[in-house]
This record gives sequence, structure tokens and C-alpha cells, in this order.
Amino acid sequence: MNLVNKEQVKKKMASRLFTNRILQGLLLLATLFGLIVLGVLIYRMTTQGIGYLSLDFFTNFASRFPEQAGIKAAIVGTLWLMAVTIPVSLILGVGTALYLEEYAPKNRFTRIIQVNIANLAGVPSIVFGLLGLTIFVRLAEMGQSVLAGGYTLSLLILPVIVVASQEALRSVPKEMRDASYAMGATKWQTIQRVVLPASIPGILTGSILAFSRAIGETAPLIVIGALTYVAFLPENLYSGFTAMPIQIYNWATRPQIEFQELAAAGIIILLLMLIILNSIAVLIRNKFQKRY
Amino acid sequence: MNMTVKDRPKKKQTETKKTPIVNVENVYKVNQLNLWYGEDHALKDINLDIPEKQVTAIIGPSGCGKSTFIKTLNRMVETVPSVKVSGGIQYRNQNIFQPSYKVEELRTQVGMVFQKPNPFPKSIYENVVYGPKIHGIRDKKTLDKIVEKSLRGAAIWEEVKDRLNENAYGLSGGQQQRLCIARCLAIEPDVILMDEPTSALDPISTLKVEELVQELKKDYSIIIVTHNMQQAARISDKTAFFLTGEVVEFSNTNELFSNPADKRTEDYITGRFG
Ligand SMILES: Nc1ncnc2c1ncn2[C@@H]1O[C@H](COP(=O)(O)OP(=O)(O)O)[C@@H](O)[C@H]1O
Ligand SMILES: [Mg+2]
Repeated sequence: MNLVNKEQVKKKMASRLFTNRILQGLLLLATLFGLIVLGVLIYRMTTQGIGYLSLDFFTNFASRFPEQAGIKAAIVGTLWLMAVTIPVSLILGVGTALYLEEYAPKNRFTRIIQVNIANLAGVPSIVFGLLGLTIFVRLAEMGQSVLAGGYTLSLLILPVIVVASQEALRSVPKEMRDASYAMGATKWQTIQRVVLPASIPGILTGSILAFSRAIGETAPLIVIGALTYVAFLPENLYSGFTAMPIQIYNWATRPQIEFQELAAAGIIILLLMLIILNSIAVLIRNKFQKRY
Repeated sequence: MNMTVKDRPKKKQTETKKTPIVNVENVYKVNQLNLWYGEDHALKDINLDIPEKQVTAIIGPSGCGKSTFIKTLNRMVETVPSVKVSGGIQYRNQNIFQPSYKVEELRTQVGMVFQKPNPFPKSIYENVVYGPKIHGIRDKKTLDKIVEKSLRGAAIWEEVKDRLNENAYGLSGGQQQRLCIARCLAIEPDVILMDEPTSALDPISTLKVEELVQELKKDYSIIIVTHNMQQAARISDKTAFFLTGEVVEFSNTNELFSNPADKRTEDYITGRFG
């Protein structure tokens, strides 16, 4: 008495395998779609912009004449912004995540904060621009400065860093913490010696993605009044500034074909910066993983 | 002392494994201990005296509260937020639940070995010095000595002495568990709590850990949870039989196994349930 009809099983076999093959193909197509579009984009940018990628492009300021225009102020401006944004958002973000995950009592108040942070991650960037304009530029009287820009970008990516860090902290197994507590370690010692080292790869992965987003952000910087035509470098945190995406935006909106090509060259540089940033992330991650 | 649940008159004292009754110090005095996980009453009116430098086994079927009980002894049970406790536990004549009692201090005196080996994802060396380091020992020479002493104490020195800087995750399960024992010895505790330390190990590793426990009881008071009755019979001096959160019987191991006072103990050790 067999409940499983072997005949039927055999008949169904071919169609099951066929479905599997079809889906494999479809999913591959889905993957290829993204890759091909990206490839086309990179190809277009390179062919358009390569002509402008000379040393002059890096050492010249913006100019009315395309052949003299360079991206120096924008590169330096972006580096200044990142020098503010990265430490500020990392310290605040990881700190918040540590408090919420490790110290905060699991009550309603904590849950409300939690939900709000998750929601903030979805707020459009221009809203953060308005926030930065109100708080940093006006209330705190920082003016349209590198500092105000950096803080605004920090606010913008803070929720992402908090959520990613919490995720990373949560993934540290309870047995690890227990082992530490059972030896008489305090909470902070456990965090410092067990929890953080184990979660740093995860924290960095999330954070670097957030930094990449910050580098490419245009809207909030325009709102807080980043300059578009700059012939000087920021001297300190209170200097005016421009940034890569703003310069690119500025060029791309001009009618002349030469400026379009300049924009393409700018995009190449921006992409290179992102690649470098991501490589650094991978390096740090590997270093920490090897120590285990 | 009114602590033992069934203090029967001693009958046969002719067995090989007998415990000297003269002047045994108690490391723990557990008095009317009750514990709840939320509404769930997990430990009921526990009264036990745990002797110094002996092996005390806790046996009983799954879910009877063995783990909960020994995690209460070093207050690790408090990592579960819903836990409520009443009654008292005296460790070396101090109530560990009194507000001024520092749990970190308790845990430097009372080490714990967990059911699943849980070394840190660090080198063997770093695992052993973890405890000493958090207690502020920095001197490299001292740390080196602690490492050798602890690893020897846990009978794993010969196996790992040439690879101290390798990741502990490269060790076998049995070696990892002995490393965890070494890590626990490194803080030179007074008491060692073991929660089914061999349940994740193969028979040979189990034997090694059992031999080790025999060795360790010369210097430490050991409380070991096991649901393996043969193991309890082999390695312990006293045995407590837990059932649904209560201590049914607590007496010398040989007595408990050869001549149980309670019908339920007898049913359990003869394999009629559990
Ligand atoms: N973290 C927890 N939260 C709620 N209930 C728990 C928790 N841990 C254990 N319990 C309950 O307490 C009782 C005793 O569990 P435990 O001490 O783990 O038993 P044993 O170690 O003897 O198998 C069980 O009924 C179990 O469901
Ligand atoms: Mg258990």
C-alpha cells in the first residue's frame, strides 16, 4: 500500500525541473538588467568625460570657460564635508545604537524612539536640508559653512547608521555576552571587548554605505546654501564651500555641450571617490575579521 | 541547619565514596528560594546547602529548573528581564541579593562553564586572559603564568601550548569546552558552576571533562548540572534531584542512588520517567 504514487511523481518531475530552469533564467535577466544599465552609464560617462580628465581639471577652480574649468574646489569641499560628517555621524550613530541596544530599558519610551529612528531613515533629504538651515545655519549661527553642511549630512545619515549598527550589535550571540558577564565583566567591558569587536564589520558596512550616500547628496546642501561658483578653498570649518554633486549639477544644467562633458568628468571622479571609500571599508572589514 | 530537604538517618556508610561529615564548610546556603519567569513559577521553595570543595550534582528531567537554579547562584539568571526572585542565597555568609552586593564581585568568585562551549572568537591566549584582564591585570609575565597554569589546570596545556595565538574556533568541541574551563580557572574562582558541560561533547571528551572535575574538586567547589544520571553517580559527592522546580531529594550521591528516600527519585533513577 503506497500512498505516494510513483508514476505521478515521475510525470511531475520534468515540469518541476523545467520551472526551475525558467526561473533561474529570469532571475539572471533581472540581475543583468541592473548591470547592463550601469555598464552603459559608465561607458557614456567615460567617453564623454575622459577628454577633460587632465591635471588641470584637478588643479583649476570653476570657470566660465569650459576648457579652463576644474573641480578643485568641489573635491576639497567634499573632503572637508566628509571630515566633519564621518566622525560626527559615526560617534553619534554608534553611540545611539549602543545605548538603545545595550543600556536602554526595554520600555515604551525606548520603543517610540526606535520607531522614530526607523522612520527618519525614510525622510526625504531635502527635509534634512531645511532642518540644517533652521538649526545650524540660522539658530546656531554657523552660516553657510562647511560645519553646517557637515552637520546636516550627519543628521541625514544618522538614522541609517543607527539602524545598521543596532542590527550588527543584535547579531552578536548571547553566549558571547554571557561568557563575558559570567566572568565578572561590567556592561561596558563586555561592550568594549566582546560586542564591539564582533559587530564592527557590520557597523562599518552599514556606515560606509551611508557615507556614500552623503557624498552624493545635493539637495540638502543647496538648501543650506552651498556655493555653486567657488574660486577659493575652505580655510576652516566656517568657510563657505561647494561639493562634488553641486558642481556636477551646476555643469549639467548648462546648455553648452562642453559643460555636459565636464559634468561627465566630474561624475567619473565622484564614482572613483566612492570606489575608494568602499575599498577602505572592505579593507577595514577584512582586517577585523582576520583578528578572530 | 534545616536546609536539606530530606535529611534521612545515615544507613550504610560502607560505600567507597563517602563524604566526611566532619566540619564541612558550606559555600552556599540557599534558603526558601523562589523564582518566577513572569508568571511562570520556575523554582519553588528551594533549600540547599552546598558544601565546599566537593562536587554537587543537580539532576532531573528537562525543564525542571536545573539551569535556572545554577544561573541564580551567580545571578546570571537576571539577564532575563522578566525574572523575579524571593528568598535568600547566602554565598560565604553574604546575601547575594542584598542591594549593596556587587554582582561583578560575585562572578569573580563564582565561575561558570556553559552547556555549549562558548569561547570568544579570539586567540586561545586571549580567551584565557580575558578574565584577568578585565580585573585589571596587565603585567605580561603574570598573564603568561596565568595562561599556563589555567590551561594545565584544565588539562589542555599539552594540546595547545604551541598554538596559543591561534583562534580558539580552530579547536575541537571538547577542547573548546576545556578552554572555557581554563578561562574560568584564570580568575581563580572559589566555586565553579557547570551547566551540562558535556552534553555537547563526544564520549571521549566527556570522559576527559569528568576526570578533570575530579581533579578540580581538590581546589574548587563544583556544582554541576547533568541530566546524565550515570555521570552524576560517577563524579559527584552530593546530588540534588529536581522535579518541576522543587528539590525532591538532596543527599550524598551514593545514598541517593542506592537507597532513594522518595518514590519519585526512585522512579527517576530507575528510568521510569524523565
Ligand atoms: N528565559 C526564560 N524565559 C522564560 N521561561 C524560562 C526561561 N528559561 C527557562 N524557562 C522556564 O523555566 C523552566 C525551567 O527551565 P530550565 O531551568 O532551563 O530547565 P532545565 O535546565 O532543568 O532543563 C522551564 O519551564 C522553562 O520553560
Ligand atoms: Mg538546562
